[in-house]
Amino acid sequence: MKALVTAAAVAFENLLIPICALLASLLLFGMFLACLGNDPFEVFHTMYRGGFGSLFSWRNTLERAAPLMLTALCTALPAQLGLIVIGGEGALVAGGLVAAMTGLVCGSFAPWFVLLAMLAAAIVAGGCWIAMTGWLKYYRGVNETIASLLFNYIAIALLNHLVTGPLRDPQSLNKPSTPPIGNANMLGDMPGLGVHWGLMFGLSACIVFYVIFFRTTFGFAVRIAGGNLRAAKIVGLPVGRLTLITCFAGGAAAGLAGGIEVAAIHGTANATLAAGYGYAGILVAFLARQNPLAVIPVALILGGINASAGLLQRTHHLPDAAVQILQGMIFMMVLFSETYYGRLQALFESRRAA
Amino acid sequence: MNTLAGGQQTGQVFDSSHSPVALEVIGLSKRFGALPALEGVSFRLWQGSFHALLGGNGAGKSTLVKCVMGYQPADHGTVLIGNRECVIESARDAHRHGLGMVYQHFTLVPDMTVLENLVLSRLPIPKMIAWKKERQRLETLIAETPFRIPLHKKAGELAAGEKQKVELLKQLFLQPKILILDEPTSVLTPQEADGILGMLKERTRSHGLTVLIITHKFREVMNYADAVSVLRRGKLIYSGPLAGNTPAMLAELMIGNETIARIGERTRAEKGPVKLAINHLSADSDTGALAVDRLSLNLHGGEIVGIAGVSGNGQRELVQALSGQRKPDQGGICIDDLPYAATRREMARFRCNCLPEEPLRNACVPRMSLAGNLALRTFDRPGFTRWRWFIDAKAQKEHALELIERYRIHPSEPGRRIETLSGGNVQRLVLARELSGQADLLVVANPCFGLDFAAASEVRKQLMQARNNGAAVLLVSEDLDELLELSDRIAVMFEGRLIYEAPIAAVDLDEIGLKMAGH
Repeated sequence: MKALVTAAAVAFENLLIPICALLASLLLFGMFLACLGNDPFEVFHTMYRGGFGSLFSWRNTLERAAPLMLTALCTALPAQLGLIVIGGEGALVAGGLVAAMTGLVCGSFAPWFVLLAMLAAAIVAGGCWIAMTGWLKYYRGVNETIASLLFNYIAIALLNHLVTGPLRDPQSLNKPSTPPIGNANMLGDMPGLGVHWGLMFGLSACIVFYVIFFRTTFGFAVRIAGGNLRAAKIVGLPVGRLTLITCFAGGAAAGLAGGIEVAAIHGTANATLAAGYGYAGILVAFLARQNPLAVIPVALILGGINASAGLLQRTHHLPDAAVQILQGMIFMMVLFSETYYGRLQALFESRRAA
Repeated sequence: MNTLAGGQQTGQVFDSSHSPVALEVIGLSKRFGALPALEGVSFRLWQGSFHALLGGNGAGKSTLVKCVMGYQPADHGTVLIGNRECVIESARDAHRHGLGMVYQHFTLVPDMTVLENLVLSRLPIPKMIAWKKERQRLETLIAETPFRIPLHKKAGELAAGEKQKVELLKQLFLQPKILILDEPTSVLTPQEADGILGMLKERTRSHGLTVLIITHKFREVMNYADAVSVLRRGKLIYSGPLAGNTPAMLAELMIGNETIARIGERTRAEKGPVKLAINHLSADSDTGALAVDRLSLNLHGGEIVGIAGVSGNGQRELVQALSGQRKPDQGGICIDDLPYAATRREMARFRCNCLPEEPLRNACVPRMSLAGNLALRTFDRPGFTRWRWFIDAKAQKEHALELIERYRIHPSEPGRRIETLSGGNVQRLVLARELSGQADLLVVANPCFGLDFAAASEVRKQLMQARNNGAAVLLVSEDLDELLELSDRIAVMFEGRLIYEAPIAAVDLDEIGLKMAGH
């Protein structure tokens, strides 16, 4: 009974604190809007309309939430090992770039094969990208946060180098891009929804990785190593291998996001791949307390906020960056709220004692 | 009972009737949630006395001194120092009233040198630090003590025994009137402990220092204390002069009517075949210095080999190499004549388990539940999995409930996080995990560190039982009494090598002492 109450308190806390952090950042953003001379309530209403108000805005939100789910996993999975990896942007770019290149190489095969090859290549590319960070961390002791951040710059620079140089399509004048993979090879929409298949990939990745990391022996081993490296070694767990696999899984998710962006949205690889999904994914992972299942609703909220940017621009003449300011505020509030975990449970216990 | 206990008693017999009261505690109470840790404890500390505070695990000794030091606020009660009521809310307040304390857990900054750590503890810390002057002052202070501490070394590189000495130096440096020590000798050799306690005892006579010491070792109480207080489950059972008490009487006061496990008979005289063979093993320490130096040792089934030595002579690295926490640089480990690389499969196959020191830090996942921690070895074995790859949480929980009951782990909630348990219960949990499946090879390091008497003899009993069942046990310990009690063979480790080895019947204590010091 007592254990049950404690578990309930923990669950309640895991829900309450992120929600409070979200509300606090909305309050802060409201004050910011008021200072700019906008009515915050009107703006919030517009944001709601832009994100969730109509079928059109829902589609918009879902298409943005899909890559966020995948890039959030890039932070949430290594977090089970106690690693803070923020290389989702780099893995996404690497995945997108390699997917576009694969599309060009096997463009003459059947469309289903081209698509499959593109997505598989994106998974491998993104996975290897973050696995390198894991390798540096475990075998060479390099800080994984810094390494993955720097890897982002490398990936973006590599993308820019290739699309403005050797891989540039001479037809792309204003926006240097790789040659298009061709309409026939694009990833289509899910029947009846009007949203591309990326959403299905995002949802299933979150669920599958939740099961793997929280229900299997592999996941248990990962969480042992994440909780105490020494204890993991004393019971003989292959920590190096666990690190590589987990980082590969996280990177593969983000790489797949890049592949889907190319295959479903852009049709080519260009600088717009680095649109910030990787960075927003870090935010989603932290808001979701690194839980793959919680990533799904959080990605929807963040996707909605992103989707409303256009409408905010049109109706309130707020700059595009306004939404990014809100995201920044949310991130700060989430990090700040981390310090409050554990207090509620203590409060419960002292209440019952008194 | 102890041959190492010489006539260490210094000075005359202490007479409390002529001394003023240095510290008085009246009606101190403290609860943690629903759990009462202290209930109306009152006692007096006479100036210039050496006062021992005894009690079992969780009796409230640490809580009592932490309340006095202002480290935790008490719920009720007052503290008088020199007959004046004092409100102590921080270390700074305590220092102002002349109180100093050496805590059970180390409080050194690992990345700083010993010198920096010692200067850091100065109150108030000077705005500008004249390093040369500080170093000179410290060197003269250290010269007064029996310790030899390298000032330039980083605190994190020191072995437990050396750290404890630095903690003590830190306090002596501040020159307190009342010094409280929480199990200061648990990581020291008897000679080192005698050195420290003898020096403190002398200070009580020469400087009027008052010492309150928490300890589990009766030898120290009998040799050094003037007065003794005994706590049991948060209540003061006895407080008064030591004279007239025997260790047996004190033990009875501490434990009440709880039964104590007997060590158990040593059965099976003949040794089994060689279980563990270590061949010219070398391993580096964290700093890259050679810690284990071409060490060789054979360990048979059905015997306990004790490794003695002053801490910091490579014992930690040896245990880490055997338990898979450290990669050996050279040489090999063989079990049953097969090479052993400490992989999970080999551990399961050779039934090779380990009880490392500081179990919460080395062998548990603090934020995981008791059930999870109990399953660290078994979670991927048949019977604990479903469909081969999935965790069977129900099996884990049932297994945990059984072990919790068998090993009397408290509180008995499998879903509770292990970091909320007391040290003795964490040790019991690790013991339950490592010993419950039949173990063939056990690597054990300081298993009774910080455990009270009842818990310690329980652990020793279990080790003896494992040996009698045919397990090969390698026992690395800094407690010589424990080694003498349990071992079939004793070896002394010095600077990474074994420089003495003898069966227990042929052991010469003086020679062990000399070998430990490297002679």
